[in-house]
Amino acid sequence: MTAQAELRSPFRVSKRLAFTGLLLPAVGVITIFMIAPVAIVFVYSFLEPARYGGVVWNFSVEGYLQILFERDFVDGSLQFSADYLVILWRSVFQAAICTVLCLMISVPTAYFIATRSERTKPIWIFLITVPYWVNLLIRTIALLFILRDDGPLNKAIMMTGLTTSPLPLSYNNFAIGLGLVYSFLPFMVLPLYSAFERFDFRLLEAAYDLYASRRVAFFKIVLPVMRPGLIAGSLLVFIPSIGSYLAPDILGGGKTLMIGNLIGTQFQGAHNWPFGAALSMILLTVTLIVLIWMARRSARKNTGY
Amino acid sequence: MANARMKDIRAFSGFGSIAVAGVLFLYLPILFLCVYSFNDGRSVSQWSGFSFRWYITVFGNSGIKAAAMNSLTIATIAASVSTVLALGAAMATVNRRFKGETLAYATLTFPLMVPEIVTAVASLVFFVSLGVRLGFSTILIAHIVFCIPFAYLPIRARLEGMDATLNAAAADLYASPIRAFWRITLPLLAPGLMSGWLLAFIISLDDFIITALVAGPGSTTLPLHIYGMLRLGITPEVNAISTMMLVGSIVLLAIAGVLGRSSKNS
Repeated sequence: MTAQAELRSPFRVSKRLAFTGLLLPAVGVITIFMIAPVAIVFVYSFLEPARYGGVVWNFSVEGYLQILFERDFVDGSLQFSADYLVILWRSVFQAAICTVLCLMISVPTAYFIATRSERTKPIWIFLITVPYWVNLLIRTIALLFILRDDGPLNKAIMMTGLTTSPLPLSYNNFAIGLGLVYSFLPFMVLPLYSAFERFDFRLLEAAYDLYASRRVAFFKIVLPVMRPGLIAGSLLVFIPSIGSYLAPDILGGGKTLMIGNLIGTQFQGAHNWPFGAALSMILLTVTLIVLIWMARRSARKNTGY
Repeated sequence: MANARMKDIRAFSGFGSIAVAGVLFLYLPILFLCVYSFNDGRSVSQWSGFSFRWYITVFGNSGIKAAAMNSLTIATIAASVSTVLALGAAMATVNRRFKGETLAYATLTFPLMVPEIVTAVASLVFFVSLGVRLGFSTILIAHIVFCIPFAYLPIRARLEGMDATLNAAAADLYASPIRAFWRITLPLLAPGLMSGWLLAFIISLDDFIITALVAGPGSTTLPLHIYGMLRLGITPEVNAISTMMLVGSIVLLAIAGVLGRSSKNS
């Protein structure tokens, strides 16, 4: 068994060397500088804030309570406050809308690319891949550039004579939503494309032979078969959208608008580390639950066939 | 035309136009930003003739130059270190069954799963509680960590496609494991290594939020500098430096793409 395993591996290195010399450095670096810090954030989320950033080592769940309640200045009693809940809700809501919009654009786009000839396919893929890697800050600035009151888009609209004053396209929820779609659209197109590439088009042929209309064939055959891909793509968009920082920060006009900004503020200006840590833990937990659920689901799907 | 479309049973009407619209949506803002970086006037909204004026301003700006140097240095070191670490990890994990395999894989890809803002906050809290002074070194460490999975995945993919018998043949011909690694594995792996390095380099160069939190006062990178410039509003200078970064990323990406394709063909 081991001999066989050894043969399949392209390297003749002993097991011990493989682990201590090759695997350990990378795993160690991530453990020390990534996993340990996240663990520290977890611990800090249960401590009291120090006045100018940092923590006081007293156990407290105030950080978590603060999300739902406000402490009364006079008698110190807890009162329900929706301020932060609104921000959390807005994050989920914006991310959900962004996911739906990305699906509506990506499904036809990815399907279209997957059915191109072998010659034109790589060009389309390259066109989608470039924005995926290009600096998100700069892409967000570019979007702000065209959405501004005196930007090209507003100028074009005003030139048509529909309005005389510029439409409020920037520094609001609409701009944030559009920014999220703009940021994460490639995250959806690429996995959907690779899912459509594996689609067995004979199924479609069979559907037409059985007198299915195009509409029925698409919604009853193509989409159901593509479901795992659709779910994967949706999560790849939904997760980074929820915690997004740049789109709300730049396109939302600097107000604390989504959870990512709320977390950032706690460590930059507001100096409430435990509260920021508690919010980080909630965001991380939601993300990991979704990712694990997705991994298990796709594993089940694969064995279910 | 309509007839030709009917013949392809895979086609659905309207999909092509949505695809074109999607690509236009992705590119038009970038295109406008680039075009206006060549605008002669001070205003960013009024076109007043073509000029390289803002590029000259950018090149004369010592703050931008220092930030760019910092960014390039950090990206080069972070990409190189993470590629070496990722290469080791890939060699240890590819086609090898071992206890804790899933755990090792989960750890190596962990930086991809954690939301960026959480990574940023965690790194800040970690360095501050250890009493490490924030600056160049903390940026560098943070970058190395989140670059590892970006280097690991392409290298691993390349290794998985490699012919194990070549190494066995080298061993049969009395090559030592080290010699076999240098003469057989490394040359075959070169495209994977290069594309892994380039992706890590781009990712490092692009990062904003993690860098912003662990940079501390005094040290800066290009994205941080651009973000600072943005506080004064979008100026033609922002357009010019953004265009330069865009072109840089696209060139690197094209190289990585060509390397990736050549590694697939062979």
